[in-house]
Amino acid sequence: MDTIFAQATAAGKAGLAVVRISGPDAIASVAQMAGPLPRVGRTLRRLRDRVGALLDEGLVLIFPAGQSFTGEETVELHLHGGTAVVAGVLRSLGDQVGLRPAVAGEFTRRALENGRLDLAQVEGLADLIDAETEAQRRQAARVFTGALGDLAGRWRNALIRAAALIAVTIDFVDEDVPVDVVPEVSSLIATVVAEMRVELAGARIAERIRDGFEVAIVGLPNVGKSTLLNRLAQREAAITSEYAGTTRDVIEVRMDLDGLPVTLLDTAGLRTAEDPIEGMGIALGIKRAQAADLRIHLVSSGEAPILTPEADDLIIEAKADLRGSVGGVSGLTGLGVDRLIEQVTDRLRGRVASAGVAMRERHRLALAAGVENIEAAQKLLAGGPEVADLVAEELRVAVVEIDSLVGKIDVETILDEIFARFCIGK
Amino acid sequence: MKHPTFDVLVVGGGHAGCEAALVAGRMGARVGLVTLDQRNVGVMSCNPAIGGLGKGHLVREIDALDGAMGRVADVAGIQFRLLNRRKGPAVQGPRAQADRASYQKAMRAEVANASGVFLIEGEVVDLVMSGETVCGLILGDGAVLSARSVILTTGTFLRGVIHTGDVSQPGGRVGEPPSCRLAQRLDGFNLPLGRLKTGTPPRLDGRTIDWDCLETQPGDEDPVMFSFLSNGVTARQVRCGITHTNPLTHDIIRENLVKSAMYGGHISGVGPRYCPSIEDKVVKFAEKTAHQIFLEPEGLDSHTVYPNGISTSLPLDVQELYVRSIKGLEAAKILQPGYAIEYDFVDPRALDPSLAVKSIPGLFLAGQINGTTGYEEAAAQGLVAGLNAVRRVRDQPPLFFSRTNSYIGVMIDDLVTRGVTEPYRMFTSRAEFRLALRADNADQRLTAFGRNAGCIGESRWIEFSNKMALIHQVKAKLIESSFSARELAASGSALNPDGPNRDGLAALALTDVSFEQIADLRPVFNSVAPAIGSQVKRDALYAYYIDRQAKDVESLTRDESLAIPVEFDFGSIGGLSVELQQRLTGSRPATVGHAARMEGMTPAAILLIMAHLRKPSFKSA
Repeated sequence: MDTIFAQATAAGKAGLAVVRISGPDAIASVAQMAGPLPRVGRTLRRLRDRVGALLDEGLVLIFPAGQSFTGEETVELHLHGGTAVVAGVLRSLGDQVGLRPAVAGEFTRRALENGRLDLAQVEGLADLIDAETEAQRRQAARVFTGALGDLAGRWRNALIRAAALIAVTIDFVDEDVPVDVVPEVSSLIATVVAEMRVELAGARIAERIRDGFEVAIVGLPNVGKSTLLNRLAQREAAITSEYAGTTRDVIEVRMDLDGLPVTLLDTAGLRTAEDPIEGMGIALGIKRAQAADLRIHLVSSGEAPILTPEADDLIIEAKADLRGSVGGVSGLTGLGVDRLIEQVTDRLRGRVASAGVAMRERHRLALAAGVENIEAAQKLLAGGPEVADLVAEELRVAVVEIDSLVGKIDVETILDEIFARFCIGK
Repeated sequence: MKHPTFDVLVVGGGHAGCEAALVAGRMGARVGLVTLDQRNVGVMSCNPAIGGLGKGHLVREIDALDGAMGRVADVAGIQFRLLNRRKGPAVQGPRAQADRASYQKAMRAEVANASGVFLIEGEVVDLVMSGETVCGLILGDGAVLSARSVILTTGTFLRGVIHTGDVSQPGGRVGEPPSCRLAQRLDGFNLPLGRLKTGTPPRLDGRTIDWDCLETQPGDEDPVMFSFLSNGVTARQVRCGITHTNPLTHDIIRENLVKSAMYGGHISGVGPRYCPSIEDKVVKFAEKTAHQIFLEPEGLDSHTVYPNGISTSLPLDVQELYVRSIKGLEAAKILQPGYAIEYDFVDPRALDPSLAVKSIPGLFLAGQINGTTGYEEAAAQGLVAGLNAVRRVRDQPPLFFSRTNSYIGVMIDDLVTRGVTEPYRMFTSRAEFRLALRADNADQRLTAFGRNAGCIGESRWIEFSNKMALIHQVKAKLIESSFSARELAASGSALNPDGPNRDGLAALALTDVSFEQIADLRPVFNSVAPAIGSQVKRDALYAYYIDRQAKDVESLTRDESLAIPVEFDFGSIGGLSVELQQRLTGSRPATVGHAARMEGMTPAAILLIMAHLRKPSFKSA
């Protein structure tokens, strides 16, 4: 197998740059530049190129096979982050026989192939690297440490035990075996399905943490929605003017609200539009607002919201600077904005508490399908031993679905999708 | 000197050998069947019963391919029972108690009357090689036979050792010598060998059993035959007795455990977990105070009774002691002591799915030599090896059975990709597509497949074609018909009467709608023969599940259609761990499907292999 290398830190000038080398010749190749190296540990060395010219002085970390991220012999070079320094080291590595630059995602791919990570962990790692907010980081870290794999493993064992009990009644009918396995099977699968349902409910939220919550600002034209958005975003994301109907499209601003990823939606003011294009914008706005996780209904003093508010929604009086109303906001002066942010994050945080470790649509679909199969098995179990063959089939499929959570099957498309997202060296 | 020349030579006349020779004969090949003793062709050396769960499925598949086992068992059957009769048809397994003598007689007649099959008596002592390739056999008397394909079906005869208590003697079956010279010859090939054991119970004299005090079990009132061509039982039917061990029996066994060959440390082979000796049962399930024993008559004209459930390797005096502690057996006379037999088997991962030895062109292995147990498993392998042996002679590519079309395919795939750790026996649970692989539709799955392979005789083909025409006709008529939920509910279904209408096939998919009910509602179906009607019902019953599995079947079939060339270099795949490279190089999976099911295989590794297969110059990413 080739030994591969790449810069693990972002390209460009920085205080430090890390270059990673993984494969059977990792230690030998660095020894060519740094002199003889220990099998494991760290050491400060001068790195020289082929003709002996000094490239840099840096920290050399050595991980033996079986104890590294990829599972292979790995060396990390912690260099000074100058572009020329890094380029020189990479060139010296590339000059050596048997070494080649890594392609995108290759370190992670090797970790997967060597059994260091399961598929869910790889996905967790991708999210960890992409994490922009604290909540995303915490969630990705949980998945990366194998929380989903642990759960799936437990469910799998319980279902296999249940399937084995059913199999006994089918394949060993003439032997001395327990006649009625239904109580044990029922209790095993009831536990699993209950846990799966909790994860399934948490999956939507987990997906939100990953992709961001949507919070829509709705209200009558010219009530100050775009001004409020701009205040929250602290930049001119939406064009504001005193003319009603200025916002026609849905404007999205992605932001970090106290550690939570939030996409704010500014929608067209709700009125009977004469302009057909504005009308379309309004219809789209209503649709997006209804699908959002939370709505801020911006109203003028004493007026009722124009869209029917849902349970958790916020109803806020606008243009508080003009009216001096208590509890209102002013996008213009920033009055009451801190309190509004607090209210929004309070509500979203309440939902985050129920987040599970299944955080992708793929996970959610597999969970939903698995739950459906187990529910079908539960129904069939009540039908007595006559349909044991069908119970066994439902349980078999449920196990297949659970396996797919950690990537035991159906991998071709998933792998392509995952590895396409990795940059070199990660 | 001119040597007798054959297309195919089969060594061994047991269940694997017979089916191997017969299928080759049906395909028009010239076959030599070499056996130590002609009189033992087709002998049932253990329990005189055929079929059961999974095993009954195999017999039906052998029959669907025009093999002999099903027809012979139907002729010899003296008690037929359809196991799991109350459960769904997918898990129903036909089983029959056979008259040992008439089974063997009928099987010998099949072999003797088969055109192109020649029986040769003698001990095989060596293989004739041409370079690396096997091209014939040398017998003990010096005779040389040549053939392009040689099939070994030597069962437990490879270095067989029989144990009764602390007495051990070489033997393939009681009273028959083992094949040691052939074993030595095979040693020269460096095939991976393992050691297994199996056991038999003492045989009892039925006249000394007190039947009157025992519970008995009759056969089914409407016996279900094995063969699609059989019309009903021919032999007189008998009942089996049922008795149980008791605490006294267990005490006797426990006190004498050290005298058992197995517990005395004389046996190193691994025995089957699902068929434990009585010693094992007493030790491992110490809390049980009784174990069930079926007393199975071995034949109509024989007094021998096979007490199923008490196989043993204890010395004869202890066998007598514990047998007589059992109710109904107080005065029972032992006709032949029980014994354990240890034998060599070849790790079946050395075989490809046509059962050819990968490293020795021209050599096929079938039956117990591959680590399986049971007549049905052996016979099914014999058929696969025989069929492919002929294809090799004709320079045709091997024909693989698939997990998606048969239990035969499931078994062979399990053997060649996973190997065995205990004697391999078929269960329905081994088949992931169990709902589609039913005993009742074995002909629909395999007869046309077999016809293409040239192993289906004319009369079976005509009968099958007629049956399928009728089934298609009835199904077409059912699809055209429409039934209201109300009338189905009125005829006894628990269906919501306000539901939508459905066509006749969809109506039959309901578990509580029978073909008779449909015929009552639409007299046009009254003329359909009951056998056709119930087959249509069984096909309809699982339609929903089979549709749902279609995607899995498709992906498996796709993987299995991706052949891995023999010269493919697994070592060249960068990104595969060294361990996997070695394992793949060692076992040379025939297709991507087989590789995927190997132990330790990862999805990513399969992906790499597929990528390399698609693009020979592919450099791994």
